Amino acid sequence: MADFLLGAAGFLLATVAVGLARILRGPGDAERIMAAQLLGTGGIAALLLLAKAMSVPAAVDVAMILALLAAFVSVAFVKGAGRSQGDRA
Amino acid sequence: MSLALDFLTVLTVSAGAFFFMAGTVGLVRFPDTLSRVHALSKADNLGLGLVVLGLLLQAEGLLAALKLVAVWLLALLAGATVTQLIAHTAREGVPPA
Amino acid sequence: MAFDIGLALLVLGVAAWTIAARDTFAAVVGFVAYGLLLALVWVRLQAPDIALTEAALGSGLTGGLLVGASARLRHAEMPAPGETPGAVLKLASTVLCTLLSAGLAAIVFLLPEPAPTLAPQAAANIAATGLGNPVTAVLMAYRAIDTLLETVVLLLALVGIWSLAPNRVWGGFPGPRHQADPDSALTFVAQLLVPIGILVGIHIFWVGSVAPGGEFQGATILATMWILAMIAGLVSAPPVSRRWLRLLLVAGPAMFFGIGFAGFLAADAFLAYPETHAKLVILMIEIPVTLSIAATLGLLVAGPPERITQQ
Repeated sequence: MADFLLGAAGFLLATVAVGLARILRGPGDAERIMAAQLLGTGGIAALLLLAKAMSVPAAVDVAMILALLAAFVSVAFVKGAGRSQGDRA
Repeated sequence: MSLALDFLTVLTVSAGAFFFMAGTVGLVRFPDTLSRVHALSKADNLGLGLVVLGLLLQAEGLLAALKLVAVWLLALLAGATVTQLIAHTAREGVPPA
Repeated sequence: MAFDIGLALLVLGVAAWTIAARDTFAAVVGFVAYGLLLALVWVRLQAPDIALTEAALGSGLTGGLLVGASARLRHAEMPAPGETPGAVLKLASTVLCTLLSAGLAAIVFLLPEPAPTLAPQAAANIAATGLGNPVTAVLMAYRAIDTLLETVVLLLALVGIWSLAPNRVWGGFPGPRHQADPDSALTFVAQLLVPIGILVGIHIFWVGSVAPGGEFQGATILATMWILAMIAGLVSAPPVSRRWLRLLLVAGPAMFFGIGFAGFLAADAFLAYPETHAKLVILMIEIPVTLSIAATLGLLVAGPPERITQQ
């Protein structure tokens, strides 16, 4: 079971890598912001699988933080992406 | 009993991984930003839900199971709302509000 | 094993992309992605405390800080011709970086078996501190002086950032004004995530005494939730001259110093804890320090004062 979960985490990581390779190349800032989202969800899934496979229950806490921080970072990116010189208060 | 649980876990986690792959395929192949964002958020959240379901069957104790569900709900919430923001930025070129 | 190799290659690939990115915003995204992957690496190395800190502080909060900086620098993206490094400089830095990496690799491979470590002594004496997590015991008991000085360093960094403000707005409101549109998705995200985030932050702080977690990670989560509320326009950044804000910022280090000096009376040394009440004293330090660090980190990301009035 632990080996299977580790293998599933590895497969997820591979899909994240393929997705990253596509997004980081993509034109425009919106693509790049999606990288945070992709890594967030993929990372959370991988961490939950690792928590069980390696018997490290704290990894579930790391996954919780990852969910919050990925959302925060995406919001910061969205706000920071479109800022031009014109809208400084 | 535990053999049946293990089999179910393998099944659901594999299905979750399949949906992650489907999301990535959509990410790579869809023609424009908005459809890519759609593929990313929907497929990945469904994949995460299935993975969590599989891990729930292996969880030891009610608290650990509740924590897993809480992580999934948080990821779902954050993902759905942040996708709206990304789509708004992609479409209008400026951040929302 | 294959998992670890794949993860290491992915980390290296993202790092290389970050360095090669043309545009500052893209590089910041790459940096955050690199940090999130590093958190996975730390979990693989059986170090969940560091994974928590990396995800929260090294990747999340620093990402917010850097993206704010890149937005401020947007109009200065093109470097002046004199600033592009020449061939000699590039060659010299390549050689130096390679030597440094080779040196680090040599140290790792030439470590004696078993590697020198104080972990057994740390674990053996943990009962005296009343804590269950050896990492927190090191941070708050064995090496509390380092943690104390870290809080002071954070405050100094904040003063450094404040000193970037022009004279006429000294003591004013940090950062640009963010309008809140009550119907927008951004307001909804903030209203939903901030309460949940505060709960998670308090949980991570509280559980740090017996499981991976602690005050720095909890404070970082609280700080990011405050920054999220500020970005969405739900709360406005307080002017940095407010007395309550400054009291909040120094409360943590002041309490730390106070208990440190009280250690002379209670147990004969600076920052020595009385034997029977060690955990209570640690808690008395941790709560103000968490609040102070959360406020400091939030203000660090908010930036130097930019306006004198609310508008």
